[in-house]
Amino acid sequence: MITTQRILTPEMVAQIEALAPRYPNRRALTLPALHIVNDCLRYVPFEAVVEVAQLLGLAPAEVQDTLSFYAFFPQDKPSGRTRAWVCRSVSCALRGGEEILDHICHAAGIDPYGTTTDGALTVEPAECLGACDFAPCMLAGKTLHKNLTKESAEAFVRDARSPVGTPS
Amino acid sequence: MTTFQPVLLEAVGVAGSHTLESYRSRGGYAPLERMLKENQPADVIELVKSSGLRGRGGAGFPTGLKWTFLPKDHPGPIYLCINADESEPGTFNNRILMEDDPHQVIEGIILSAYATRATTAYLYLRYEYPLCWDRLQGAIDEAYAAGLLGKNIQGSGFSLDLYLHRGAAAYICGEETGLIESLEGKRAWPRIKPPFPAIEGLFRKPTVVNNIETMACVAQIARRGVEWFRSIGVPSDPNNPRDPGSYGPKLYCLSGHVERPGCYEAPLGITARQLIDGQGGGVWKGRKAKAVIPGGISMGLMTEAELDTPLDFAGPGKVGCLGLGTAAVVVIDETVSIVDFLHNSCRFFAHESCGQCTPCREGTAWSLRMLERIRAGKGRLKDLDLLAEIGNTMGMMPGSTICGLADGAAWPIKNAIKKFRGEFEDYIKRTNPSGWMVTDPVPALQIVGAH
Repeated sequence: MITTQRILTPEMVAQIEALAPRYPNRRALTLPALHIVNDCLRYVPFEAVVEVAQLLGLAPAEVQDTLSFYAFFPQDKPSGRTRAWVCRSVSCALRGGEEILDHICHAAGIDPYGTTTDGALTVEPAECLGACDFAPCMLAGKTLHKNLTKESAEAFVRDARSPVGTPS
Repeated sequence: MTTFQPVLLEAVGVAGSHTLESYRSRGGYAPLERMLKENQPADVIELVKSSGLRGRGGAGFPTGLKWTFLPKDHPGPIYLCINADESEPGTFNNRILMEDDPHQVIEGIILSAYATRATTAYLYLRYEYPLCWDRLQGAIDEAYAAGLLGKNIQGSGFSLDLYLHRGAAAYICGEETGLIESLEGKRAWPRIKPPFPAIEGLFRKPTVVNNIETMACVAQIARRGVEWFRSIGVPSDPNNPRDPGSYGPKLYCLSGHVERPGCYEAPLGITARQLIDGQGGGVWKGRKAKAVIPGGISMGLMTEAELDTPLDFAGPGKVGCLGLGTAAVVVIDETVSIVDFLHNSCRFFAHESCGQCTPCREGTAWSLRMLERIRAGKGRLKDLDLLAEIGNTMGMMPGSTICGLADGAAWPIKNAIKKFRGEFEDYIKRTNPSGWMVTDPVPALQIVGAH
């Protein structure tokens, strides 16, 4: 398939190139480049993998190999505008983290790893978020939600799905 | 006994503690400026070596000794990697240091780079810490502007660049060679050692990997001296010439079923009971502890009767735990089923095994499947023996894996089954009254994704 439309914008390429002097080779730019693409698009489609590989002088398979290891970068479709990670590791689980995860999914009408039909919210289980002093907790975008209760979890889902809401 | 004054955490709760101005006002960077003028790199190594500082990331290897493994007179470059991939369940001490006092960490990094002659340092930060990223980047920008990073720092002729590198939510990147592979842009598969990173590490150059809290300790040793550091903690055992002792303050992360979860600084050697009843305000809701994780989930379990164990580098091992680990103390109260706990632990490791070594990839996945089966009321007593067999055969200690993740996965299994076997047996007999005694092979309930 020949596509004329590039996925990587000149801005993304410039951001990636700005990091190049930090590393002695271009392969080390793989993870930073994937993050830059994911920050902009909320996913990293295969076409972007090919373009990143071209930019870094790598085989697409090398970039895909790294990407697929992390199970972090969605490839089929973008994450919701808010990507919420609900901790289920031991400290949060002891204080009801798994119930909060169920509750958030129920309130949003999705299964774990699912995205609401309006594209507003993706909910994923997470392993330890390193905020066990605030268990049960959740990282939504850049915001850490602490000491979640059913009520605050419901309020979060409402805000995230509200058209005027400010996704964190 | 005088009250212990926190040092590493002295700035926590102080307004604006993350700024250069605040750190300077507390005496920060003055030791660095003095040492860059008056001391050679070898002096800094000697300082850290004689302090007895052991790495705070989990393994407890003496930091100064690690630095001396670098080749002498190497033409360079030598790299310093700072491990901020803190992902061990229950652990958040590095997060607090980076959020509330990033300059303390950066001063330690500059001193350590000077000691090791590294001119580039990468701080590998886990993705889950966005506030740490902002605070650290802000502090790095301030340090560059103040001439504390960059070319010819404070006219000393020593130059250092410090870069943040963002992880992508993988526990294995906390293993030092996994971290190196990840930084190089590859999948984070730990390397076979030797060669150790000090000989051939990042970009195939000599590399030191140190933890965030270790860096903060280096800064404090430079400020307060070796005598101060060695006056805190547990001295080396005179009957064991191989025991390097447990000196200095330590950040203990207290979470789970305690009244006041939090990160508390205490002298190495405080007992779990002192920590839980003192700083933690006791087990929550007036209940009793059933089990306590001494240092992150991979260290295993202590029973209530073992809570007087000192949490120094040698202590948890004496009651069958893997070690002190990250000193993340997680309290599990008497209402929790140990089956549920072990299921949570096995799920974590099945998810985080990198898949490189077969015993770990298969062992973690199958232990999870067995726990799912037990919880579904289809457990057999034989499963406990099978789980124990997995626990005894996967890991670096039995010699079947490249890195220690599998040992960490095995330890909760081994400890739980050894220390709580009666509860497992009761659970299995109660939930599977007609089948608990069966020993024939049975199919697994469901396939569980390994990663």
